[in-house]
Amino acid sequence: MLRDAALVAGKDLRIELRSKVATNQVLPFAVLTLIIFAFALDADRGLLSTVAAGLFWVTVLFSGLLAIQRSFALEAGDDARDALRLSGLDGAAVFLGKAAAVTVQLLALEVLLAVGAVVLYDVSLSGAALLIATCLLATAGIAAAGVVYGAVAAGLRVRETLLPLLLLPVLAPVLLAAARASEAALATTTAAGWPWVRLLAVFSAVYLAFGVVAFGPLLEEA
Amino acid sequence: MLGADLRRDRRAVRRRVGLLGHATFLYDDLTVAENLAFAAKAARRAPSEAQTAMERLGLAGRLRDLSVSKLSAGQRRRVALAAVLARQPELWLLDEPHAGLDAAGRDLLDGLIREAVHDHGATVLVASHELERASALAHRRVTVAGGRVNGGVHAASGKEPAHAP
Repeated sequence: MLRDAALVAGKDLRIELRSKVATNQVLPFAVLTLIIFAFALDADRGLLSTVAAGLFWVTVLFSGLLAIQRSFALEAGDDARDALRLSGLDGAAVFLGKAAAVTVQLLALEVLLAVGAVVLYDVSLSGAALLIATCLLATAGIAAAGVVYGAVAAGLRVRETLLPLLLLPVLAPVLLAAARASEAALATTTAAGWPWVRLLAVFSAVYLAFGVVAFGPLLEEA
Repeated sequence: MLGADLRRDRRAVRRRVGLLGHATFLYDDLTVAENLAFAAKAARRAPSEAQTAMERLGLAGRLRDLSVSKLSAGQRRRVALAAVLARQPELWLLDEPHAGLDAAGRDLLDGLIREAVHDHGATVLVASHELERASALAHRRVTVAGGRVNGGVHAASGKEPAHAP
């Protein structure tokens, strides 16, 4: 299964590198969103640094929606989704491969956004390990839930507008936990961050387990 | 199907089937070589099968590293056929396989089908409007006309076969 997952992830990442949609569209969108938040709250620099963690994760979430939609759009051309179905690949492996590809893209995006947040929001890092653990777990959760709901929406005519409606409520706990843990890592709160990381781990594990079980049947029906 | 239960072992059966339909089932942003390598690996075949398929279909030269989006319709059709070949299927399902191919490509396809049947023992099901070409290839011919299926005649003689091939 892991071999098949690596095959799918490699294929998706190669297509993204080749098409440059992630670098030419998703990344500029994410940076623009960070800048717009900075403009909106510029009069109050103190407030901007206080809410930096939340703004960072909202930006990641919106950008993640684009990356997830893109992950299924690249299967839409020339009935490639049918090719994936008929290839004989395990549904769980396709899920893990797609989730891994989205995770890699989002993690790369988060590194660049973190630099942007330091510059624009005037924040400093005080808990590197906490922030890294938060990013890894939250991104895995976003990618796992996103790929499952992406498969649900993929076969529908209204998929572009339906996916955010389906996905954002499901990802609200991830957003909340990631923002609280990141606030602790950026020392903008005195509350402990690691309990939120444990909550993130639980949500990510649940979404991953659900995807492994449910993605195959969803791919068949999409 | 292929001696297996589709309800219980669908994935394993699919790995043994090659499908060429109206769509070519290719990824536009991958090169010819990458598309064929993906097809072969997904079917648990060695990467060398992709190379062999490229050579057989005349794709191993300058076309191999071209993105599929840059190919003509006929070239895409050849790549799709090469993807089927790279999977080394036991059952080939070909829907209008000659469409979009030039004369050389059509002859090549006919040769590949004969080779798959005679040398590898594969079963090939061809849906085609070109009755003469299909009859020249087939052991059995089934026609659909006016909503009626007239089936199972020996393709060359037009008579009922003595036994199923």
